[in-house]
Amino acid sequence: MKVQRWIQAHTTPITWVVAVLIAGGYLSKWLQAPRLYAGLLALASVLAVVPIAMHAWQALRVRVVSIELLVTIAVIGAFVIGEYNESAIVTFLFLFGNLLEQKTLAKTRSSIRSLTEMAPTTADRLRADGTTETIDVDDLVTGDVVVVRPGAALPVDGTVADGDGYVDEAAITGESRPVHKTVGASVYAGAMLSNGFLHVQATKVGDDTTFAKIVELVEEAQDTKSHAEKFIDRFAQYYTPAVLVIALLVGLVTRDLRLAITVLVLGCPGALVIGAPVSNVAGIGNGAKHGILVKGGAVMDDFAKIDTFVFDKTGTLTQGRPAVTALTTFSGDEDEVLAQVAKLESLSDHPLGQAIIQAAEQRGLQYAALPLAASEVIKGEGVTGTIAGHRICAGNAKLLARHGVALTAAQQTALTTLQQRGASSVLVAIDGALVQLIGIADQLRPEVPAALVALKKAGALHLVMLTGDNRATATTVANQLGIDEVHAELLPADKVAYVKKMQAAGRHVAFVGDGINDSPSLATADIGIAMGSGTDVAIETSDVVLVQANFQALVHAYQLAKKTVRNTRENVVIAIAVVVFLLIGLIAGFIYMASGMFVHEASILVVIFNAMRLIDFGGRQKNQKLDASA
Amino acid sequence: MTKKLTLQLDELTCPSCLTKIETAVKNQPGVETVKVLFNAGKVKAQFDDSQIAADQLTRVVSDLGYEVKSSKVTEA
Repeated sequence: MKVQRWIQAHTTPITWVVAVLIAGGYLSKWLQAPRLYAGLLALASVLAVVPIAMHAWQALRVRVVSIELLVTIAVIGAFVIGEYNESAIVTFLFLFGNLLEQKTLAKTRSSIRSLTEMAPTTADRLRADGTTETIDVDDLVTGDVVVVRPGAALPVDGTVADGDGYVDEAAITGESRPVHKTVGASVYAGAMLSNGFLHVQATKVGDDTTFAKIVELVEEAQDTKSHAEKFIDRFAQYYTPAVLVIALLVGLVTRDLRLAITVLVLGCPGALVIGAPVSNVAGIGNGAKHGILVKGGAVMDDFAKIDTFVFDKTGTLTQGRPAVTALTTFSGDEDEVLAQVAKLESLSDHPLGQAIIQAAEQRGLQYAALPLAASEVIKGEGVTGTIAGHRICAGNAKLLARHGVALTAAQQTALTTLQQRGASSVLVAIDGALVQLIGIADQLRPEVPAALVALKKAGALHLVMLTGDNRATATTVANQLGIDEVHAELLPADKVAYVKKMQAAGRHVAFVGDGINDSPSLATADIGIAMGSGTDVAIETSDVVLVQANFQALVHAYQLAKKTVRNTRENVVIAIAVVVFLLIGLIAGFIYMASGMFVHEASILVVIFNAMRLIDFGGRQKNQKLDASA
Repeated sequence: MTKKLTLQLDELTCPSCLTKIETAVKNQPGVETVKVLFNAGKVKAQFDDSQIAADQLTRVVSDLGYEVKSSKVTEA
């Protein structure tokens, strides 16, 4: 066992020694020393076949006929008939090919590796006396406070307990842009503190952090096989022993040992076995770098086939929180009135009121100090009060009617237009006359229209919106976006029914939702895409997780899936073409063992290089989106 | 008690290594499930710690010729 481990660890130097021996052999041939030539090459063969034979034996013990076994038998055969040069070169090419394969494979896996390396292994824990101690991250428990210094990665998920700083959350969201974090803000493990100083109280540690979950998900995904991979695996399971049998038959029939061992070498299914998985690994790795978690090769396959995208409206196409979108002032100063309304609304916790307060704050209005008296919140109607001697009411038409406020024809028209656009309205009256009309709506994400056009260009045929919202609002949103089909006023169960109906009509449906209240639809669709949340539920029920709520990521994911599947196909075609070429070469007599092995190893590198093109697909993401944590 | 063992290995390159490691670990007494993550170079196993120790499982893998860089045992 010791010897085995030593050989495994020293395969690289062994390969180089073999190379030197072969070079020495050919040098002595050139120097007219045939004995030395044969001796050196025989030595090279023996040395090189040891690690290969070892692998072959280990695999055989678990009943796997491996490529190594084919090569080992071929080399022994070549040795027997005295073809030392062939055996030496074949084994060297095989070892050297493996070496290159290892290096290039490492490249295709680099995305996920660079991700895991972002997580720190130690943390500075704050002790009760204010000093810090450096401990292993595995020893941290929730509630611990850790000190994070600039340039360091956060070791835990938690909330900022003290200090402030700019945090780059690229590892979690794929978006490289520093976000300002102050006391009370949530921060995630794996994020980088670019400047500032933070004390973070841990809420999740170790394997429970969002970052650890993402890493685990991606690792598992890279090993979840696509349909093509599963097929090839099954194929290889029978193919390799079949080659052994065929070679044996060829040997028995033709009595030509040389031909038989050539068949063994040519039959190695190298590029075929590596081609499909390597594309998926690179594709999934690319996704992870862009904040897109694709759960495996099979998901890639299905995603690439999607022709219908079904969107949930609230929180997906829109930002999911109401905001002031229209402000019409009939008399008085706009900001002055808005400030008074904000003061009034600070009494209620109604979402519309919150939107107004937010708007006032965004305009920098000082409303908090306004003297409010005789205020009253009337449920289902609005708020009333007296500010600086003036009676002010803010609410719906019912409230104003009760206070005897009448709307002029122009005001009525303005209100109707607002409602037709799908916005909710707050009417403001001062001393019995309407002074302001505030329109509040859930705003579209700014990048959505362009992203939907890009989706169509990438191959999506139908864009559908399903929503629980009222028809007027839904239609307005759909018209703004160029959505093909809208269904409004739906319950979660209705959404599932629509998804099923589309599937029954032969469409391949992806459902895009926020992952919180639409899990049934996410699970029913061919591909469930959860957007903007790294929550456990979203990760569990969906096939693709977009860590940040951003439609550009959705477009990238869709293009990436198509690209990955095409790359897999290219690789399979390359692999099959190589085998066909070798067969023709064998029959035509221009391919022998060594040249066959060379073509094999070269084709393996070709498929790996082809897959590597996926790693940089799409480049770095542009930083023009919304802050996911906002 | 069922425990979960996670081993981080060096880069794995041959798909047959996967079967090799999986079968070898699975054949140990008390091992319930084994999963080898080829691309991540990880072995994840659930085992009954009254029947076999985590160290023994680690040795099974390292005896096959794979260097175990780190190991971690957690409650399943």
